[in-house]
Amino acid sequence: MNDKGKIIAGIIIFFAMVTSPFWYNMFMEKTPPPKVVLTAKAQAAEKCVRDTKYMKANHMQLLDEWRDTVVRKAERIYVNAEGKEFTMSLTKTCLDCHSNYTEFCERCHQYASIEPHCWDCHINNPKENN
Amino acid sequence: MEDSRRQFLKIAGVAALGMGTVPVVKAVAASGGHGPQPHTRKGDDALSATQWGLVIDTTKMNHELVEHIVEACHKTHNVPAITADKVGEKTAIAHEIKWIWETHYHHAFTDKHSNYMSEDVEERPFLVLCNHCEEPPCTQACPTEATFKRPDGIVIMDFHRCIGCRFCMAACPYGSRSFNFRDPRPFIEETNLAFPTRSKGVVEKCNFCAERLAVGQAPACVEASEGAIVFGDLEDPNSEIREVLREHYTIRRKVTLGTGPAVYYII
Repeated sequence: MNDKGKIIAGIIIFFAMVTSPFWYNMFMEKTPPPKVVLTAKAQAAEKCVRDTKYMKANHMQLLDEWRDTVVRKAERIYVNAEGKEFTMSLTKTCLDCHSNYTEFCERCHQYASIEPHCWDCHINNPKENN
Repeated sequence: MEDSRRQFLKIAGVAALGMGTVPVVKAVAASGGHGPQPHTRKGDDALSATQWGLVIDTTKMNHELVEHIVEACHKTHNVPAITADKVGEKTAIAHEIKWIWETHYHHAFTDKHSNYMSEDVEERPFLVLCNHCEEPPCTQACPTEATFKRPDGIVIMDFHRCIGCRFCMAACPYGSRSFNFRDPRPFIEETNLAFPTRSKGVVEKCNFCAERLAVGQAPACVEASEGAIVFGDLEDPNSEIREVLREHYTIRRKVTLGTGPAVYYII
């Protein structure tokens, strides 16, 4: 029982280290979330395939469903709740409006430290390449 | 004691019945009351079939036409040209990517041997590609179902799912599949922006122009063939392809293997 002081000090240091990210976030300045830029065409359309909140949170799930539906079910038309129809194509539909890859897709992905594989095959932006 | 057992069984029975209604309740909850749900459908112009097939009229084929057809296919699908002048001869053979290509009679029809063959037939260029088999061995070999047979007979690749194990390449008796040993993009001269490329580490092959059929267009090879290739539904007795098959003697590649190839050759 002679090491009581050491043990308690150790426990305190351990907890300080484990909780350090919380302290860091509490006292340090936060990196502001990035602002994505909408192209004139995207602004004019006002609404994406689904509402903005859904798209922000779930666009990856939507794209996953799209790719499975197109490749595996051979269905290529998406009808949203309002009855508006879209061709399920990343290049032809999504990037037709969001033709500013660096200011739209990349900004958020970089902030969230995500590297999607989409662009390994899909041509990231027909308009930038033209 | 008897009373309590009876009681227990009663309660258990009612509880089981109650649990049985869970799927029904869920289905009802999912089906109604939330207005129109987003859904998907096929395009209005999409062509459909039970088993797509091709008839290649080899009597109409010559080297120029064959080259033209191959180019049309490979340009449409961003197939890289990994040639000897870029990577060296050995690597070019190992890394070659092909969806449709020209070959010699003896390579196309390995089980049809004759010592004294018609010279005309023997010297013809033969176009070979994925046979979109009725019983495709490649789809059975694939561990991730990245390659599968669609209800319309097309044997297609889901590049998203391919893990690059190459079992399908070993299973295919026609050599119709190529593996991307390297990033194909630097080897694509003119990129077709409407179609994706592939990435390093996936297998690729002919997709019967599924993306063109979906918008009512004929496959690129058929369009470029000047009438030498006919496509259609093999299961439809009134289709053009069946008409052509009725009128001409045709052969298929390696039928003895039982794969049921859907590409026919007029000799």
